[in-house]
Amino acid sequence: MTALVMFLVFVAATLGITYWASRRTSGAAGFFAANRQITAWQNGFAVAGDYMSAASFLGIAGIIAFQGYDGFMYSVGWLVAYLTVLLIVAEPLRNVGKYTMADVLAYRLSPRPVRAMASLSTLVVSTFYMIAQMVGAGTLVALLLKGINYNTAVIGVGILMVVYVVFGGMLATTWVQIIKAILLMGGTVLLSILVLAHFDFSFRAFFDAIGHVTYTENGQTVVRDFMQPGLRFKPPYGALDLISLGMALIFGTAGLPHILVRFYTVPDAQTARKSVVWAMVLIGVFYIMTTFLGFGAATIVGRDTIAAHGGTNMSAPLLAEALGGEMFFAFISAIAFATILAVVAGLTISASASFAHDFYTNVVHRGTERRTGEEVRVARIAAFVVGAVAIAVAILLGPTANVAFLVALAFAVAASANLPVIVLSLFWRRFNTAGAVAGLGTGLVASLLLILIGPSIMGASRAIFPLENPGILSIPLGFLGAVLGTLLTREPSAETKFNELIVRANTGLGAERSTGH
Amino acid sequence: MDNHPWEKIAASSEFKDLVRAKLRMIVPATLFFVVYYFALPILVGYAPGLMQRKVVSSINLAYLFALSQFFMAWAIAALYVRAAARFDLMAKKILEKAQTR
Repeated sequence: MTALVMFLVFVAATLGITYWASRRTSGAAGFFAANRQITAWQNGFAVAGDYMSAASFLGIAGIIAFQGYDGFMYSVGWLVAYLTVLLIVAEPLRNVGKYTMADVLAYRLSPRPVRAMASLSTLVVSTFYMIAQMVGAGTLVALLLKGINYNTAVIGVGILMVVYVVFGGMLATTWVQIIKAILLMGGTVLLSILVLAHFDFSFRAFFDAIGHVTYTENGQTVVRDFMQPGLRFKPPYGALDLISLGMALIFGTAGLPHILVRFYTVPDAQTARKSVVWAMVLIGVFYIMTTFLGFGAATIVGRDTIAAHGGTNMSAPLLAEALGGEMFFAFISAIAFATILAVVAGLTISASASFAHDFYTNVVHRGTERRTGEEVRVARIAAFVVGAVAIAVAILLGPTANVAFLVALAFAVAASANLPVIVLSLFWRRFNTAGAVAGLGTGLVASLLLILIGPSIMGASRAIFPLENPGILSIPLGFLGAVLGTLLTREPSAETKFNELIVRANTGLGAERSTGH
Repeated sequence: MDNHPWEKIAASSEFKDLVRAKLRMIVPATLFFVVYYFALPILVGYAPGLMQRKVVSSINLAYLFALSQFFMAWAIAALYVRAAARFDLMAKKILEKAQTR
């Protein structure tokens, strides 16, 4: 009951923000990019809020609680991935583009085919990722809020995210993400302090306990050293799968459309850079603290109790209950929902921006708005459609669906289709339209195909491709497609315009400025 | 075409210096963090004996190496931000020169 009240407070606050934002949002730059007036710290928090999904808050804590060290190895890649964003993508993207990732690609290439493919890839990444979040949200509700069932939760989350985006645009979405990030960091710090307090603030006692975790396995009591690697990733393919996952994280984060659009909301490339640094501090501190969340749940609550009360995803909430009672359980549960809402809102706005700006305006209508405001209107309709589709699919799949592979798929597509063409278009003069279309196409198809014939869909014993994460093969294929497509064709105009692109990317000359108010 | 402002800037020695200076920072930094990061799953996967060596209490090399990745990422970010302040100055000079002509 308390959890429900706290969650409703969050919903009321975010709806208030949406109302405030709706009165300040007009025009395309307002709707898609919050008039480019978001400051460095604000965008840093929003990037962190957009990125740290329930999969990382509840999921990683759960994996560490059940399988120890291997779960912590998961945590590492999520931060290191931001070096790719910081060093290679964020600043050129801000200097060259306007609203979407495809703006950078279309700059010196033939806009229609490139935007059509980039829009397709954006929609695939966003909707798959969103469905995974929605199913997760529905399942959580059944466990955390008594009296609300799976379908109600999915519909509620879906309606809220559409309301944020349609009425409040990027400004409302940004503030939902900022508040979520503050709550998530606050809750995690508090939980970590309580874990340490449980061990009388002795790191020694805490790590001693991690060395001897007791639980039941196949009806027998076992004692395991949870710092020991290999409890999750087992031979013969465990190590390879982990490397493949690492590749998807390191190269995929800088290709996630909902993260990339965040850099259009700040005034200039310098602010974009500073905001990545803010995000890296928050994300790093958060993932280091998964040590306390995960191992704390393993040692204080115990695997057996968590398994009996809802399974891995309940590790962090149950830890909160054990240490801080019902109130704290409610608080952490409410944060878990806030987490999901902020992520799905970010996904919705990036998907609808790409549909309206890339596909509708630039592919169908060849770059001209027939009436002013049409692009924003189409984006609002697209947000409705995206929301309805996500709700329908999540209800169709039902609470028992295994959707973890959808997240793997989203990162694999981002890493195999989006990142190769972004990097090549910024750094390779010879790169051209055929290369971009071929790169996006092969990256997309290879990721989808390898997941389809992998263990997530076919089952471990019958899988043709033995890894759950296709990145190790699909990323090289994406690059190969882009390079071959380029070398097989000649496009002099793309090469001539390269000078213009790199001058803009490196100096900020002619970059989009902040507007309004 | 040569008179176009983009072409003039792109051909200037100042701009070429800027691009070269950026690549000199970005390429080694990227290579370093990619190698350092993938060393973790490779060592944990293929040299588990070494990685399981205890340091203090239950803390082993595998955990310390994973933890060090966070500080590696922050250190590279700090180095880049320092270098980027220099790039900003170079870019500012290029733009000022382009506008006075």
